[in-house]
Amino acid sequence: MKSKRRLEQAAAVLIALAVWQAAAAIVDRPALLVTPAVVFMKLISICSSPDFLRTAAFSFVRIASGFLLALAAGCALAALAGSFRLVEVLFRPFIQTIKSVPVASFIILCLIVIGSEGLSVLIAFLIVLPIVYTNVLQGIKSTDRKLLEMAKVFRAGLPKKIKYIYLPQLEPHIVSASSVSVGLAWKAGIAGEVIGIPDGSIGEKLYEAKVYLSTAELFAWTVVIILLSIGFEKLFSFILKRLYALTGRSQRWISQ
Amino acid sequence: MDITVTGLEKRYGENRVLTGFTAIFPAGETTCIMGPSGCGKTTLLNIMMGLDFADGGEVRGVPRLMSAVFQEDRLLEGFNAESNIRFVCGKKTYREEIAEHLERIGLAGEHDKPVRNFSGGMRRRVAVVRAVLAKSEILFLDEPFKGLDEKTKLLTMQYVRDNIAGRTVIIVTHSLDEAQAFGGRLINMPVRNETGSRGAGS
Repeated sequence: MKSKRRLEQAAAVLIALAVWQAAAAIVDRPALLVTPAVVFMKLISICSSPDFLRTAAFSFVRIASGFLLALAAGCALAALAGSFRLVEVLFRPFIQTIKSVPVASFIILCLIVIGSEGLSVLIAFLIVLPIVYTNVLQGIKSTDRKLLEMAKVFRAGLPKKIKYIYLPQLEPHIVSASSVSVGLAWKAGIAGEVIGIPDGSIGEKLYEAKVYLSTAELFAWTVVIILLSIGFEKLFSFILKRLYALTGRSQRWISQ
Repeated sequence: MDITVTGLEKRYGENRVLTGFTAIFPAGETTCIMGPSGCGKTTLLNIMMGLDFADGGEVRGVPRLMSAVFQEDRLLEGFNAESNIRFVCGKKTYREEIAEHLERIGLAGEHDKPVRNFSGGMRRRVAVVRAVLAKSEILFLDEPFKGLDEKTKLLTMQYVRDNIAGRTVIIVTHSLDEAQAFGGRLINMPVRNETGSRGAGS
């Protein structure tokens, strides 16, 4: 079943590449649309260049940091808001504002306040924070009240409640929030870099590709961004699963 | 110290569930509460456990250390039977002790299996062992033998009787046989909306 799905996915990718190749042949203007083969060659050339790893790491570290900081902050703020209704009410306008303000406005504001160096950290943070906050708060609110009552009667402490009741019930909400926000963090983070042009970032490379009308380079760096984004999402999902498995394992360990 | 319930009132909107309920639950003894569905037995337990508020009257003398079998099992779905019991026990409760209690109630070798795969009767028994093993001065048992077949019910009742010595126990039941099996006091709660639903000890 799994291999069949993989086969279907591979076939879909091959068809998409064929459509792209055909479109590039029809347009026949490399400045507008390059062929997949040219992009692939450019990708190899970019990846083998000496500063590739440094450039990729520059953006990866900043966007991943922004994402992880937002995940931690979003969970902490949601826990506060879930515990105290007043806090939730006070947070509401801030979260609503962050949700509604266009990314470009944030980018320009951040450029003025903190400059271009840490721009992508802050932009990724601001994009991810409301998504994580909203999802986790919803999860906390929908926590089984009857289990919480049971914990109250048996006088179970907060650490036990977090481990046995909240974390298992929040798992789908955290997974859903992170899978939605990883991609957005990369999109917004790179957009910030393109506008702020911090030295040695992927955003700077995209900006240069635009200046020199190098469509092949633009496509190649875009492929790099997509791969980094997917890689980060897979890595994060793997770590999250391991952490949850570890909770189960430590549970068994306590039992022994 | 005896638990004293005086003039307890509870209403949900226009629905008067408890109207001046008064009773004494002697410390260290078993009291069974009987009555038709909807007469306020579970509401009374919830108020005594601090899970609900009374509109009037007072409850005095409920010990700090409580344990309960709720009407629903209220188990931690993602965990095994042992973890569910350990959730309410101190670290000093050993694995062997938990396994032994489960064995006594007919769940030998089931301690490390996830409760989500258990049948209704098995889940009920895990909830009973959890309540019994928790360090408590009072046990609130709300229809604890619900959903058990006759043989398992007798085994579970025997298990509870063997493990409640010295603790105050309040059992809500619909069965006179169950109430008689536990001895102690019996409170028959009247049908709702009768004036002055007053618990009568017998």
